[in-house]
Amino acid sequence: MTALPLVLTVFVACAVEAVEALTIVLAAGLTREWRSTFQGMAVALAVLAVIVAVLGPTITLLPLTALRLVVGALLAIFGLQWLRKAILRATGYKSLHDEASAYLREVAAAKAAGTSSRGRVHDWYAFTLSFKGVLLEGLEVVFIVITFGASQHNVGAAVIGAAAAVLVVTVTGIAVRAPLARVPENAMKFAVGVMLTSFGIFWGAEGAGVSWPGQDAALLVLVPAVAVVALCYAVLLRRPRAAQPASALASEEVTSS
Amino acid sequence: MKRLKSIGAFWYDFVVGDDWRVAVVVVAALALTAVLVHAAGINAWWLLPVCVFAALGWSLRRAIRS
Repeated sequence: MTALPLVLTVFVACAVEAVEALTIVLAAGLTREWRSTFQGMAVALAVLAVIVAVLGPTITLLPLTALRLVVGALLAIFGLQWLRKAILRATGYKSLHDEASAYLREVAAAKAAGTSSRGRVHDWYAFTLSFKGVLLEGLEVVFIVITFGASQHNVGAAVIGAAAAVLVVTVTGIAVRAPLARVPENAMKFAVGVMLTSFGIFWGAEGAGVSWPGQDAALLVLVPAVAVVALCYAVLLRRPRAAQPASALASEEVTSS
Repeated sequence: MKRLKSIGAFWYDFVVGDDWRVAVVVVAALALTAVLVHAAGINAWWLLPVCVFAALGWSLRRAIRS
């Protein structure tokens, strides 16, 4: 199996989370103070890097069968969460996440908060807002990087995918200096949900002792099958009165977390 | 104790999410697959996908009815 699906899945998953983290970082930086915001972001990224550096190599020490059983179960459960949320948003049963309004909420809260300094951090509110935003959004990416990377014994490729996504979103965010509200987050979450669920099924069943027909080539059937079933659910459950969800998976501009 | 509880709640929400039944179906399907493969000698590769598709549909149905 090539590293391409691994890198692409991690890239898209990380891009979605990075867009959400960027909204919080921009709100903290533009409203409060950039130095403390960057400090919070840097500490959060360092914590995430330490988690990957410690857990990545450790988890690969597990026997492959046990690793795939555990990781497969976790990925399937995790992927189904993403798919469920994306389908509910696409069908209108859950509201689409709006980066622009999320940004305005964060800005209002940041403006209302008082200023206090601790140690080298001048604005503690900006620091903690940025730290929590990056850490919480980043944890999902770390989970995917570790589980996906470990199962293919290629944590390095997963890290490259994640780093590339952070770079692309950061550069775009700096250029635009506004929340990336036009990114089709729900469609991206749907795609990541399909990949996580498919690989979770594949590795989980392998870990349970199954031999897939066609071995790794079974994924070429499994991934489209999961996508088709999920799309069928999205079409079947679509709210008749909701006009916006019909195109939400394909072309939404204001999206979800 | 309170902090431990909140950490546990965070990780539960992080991994399991809104519908714990989905997690139960996935784990049960994996256990049944292992039993079929190792005890009955049946290569039950089809079981997990079927259970996952059913669990997703069930969970979505419950969500839209609530």
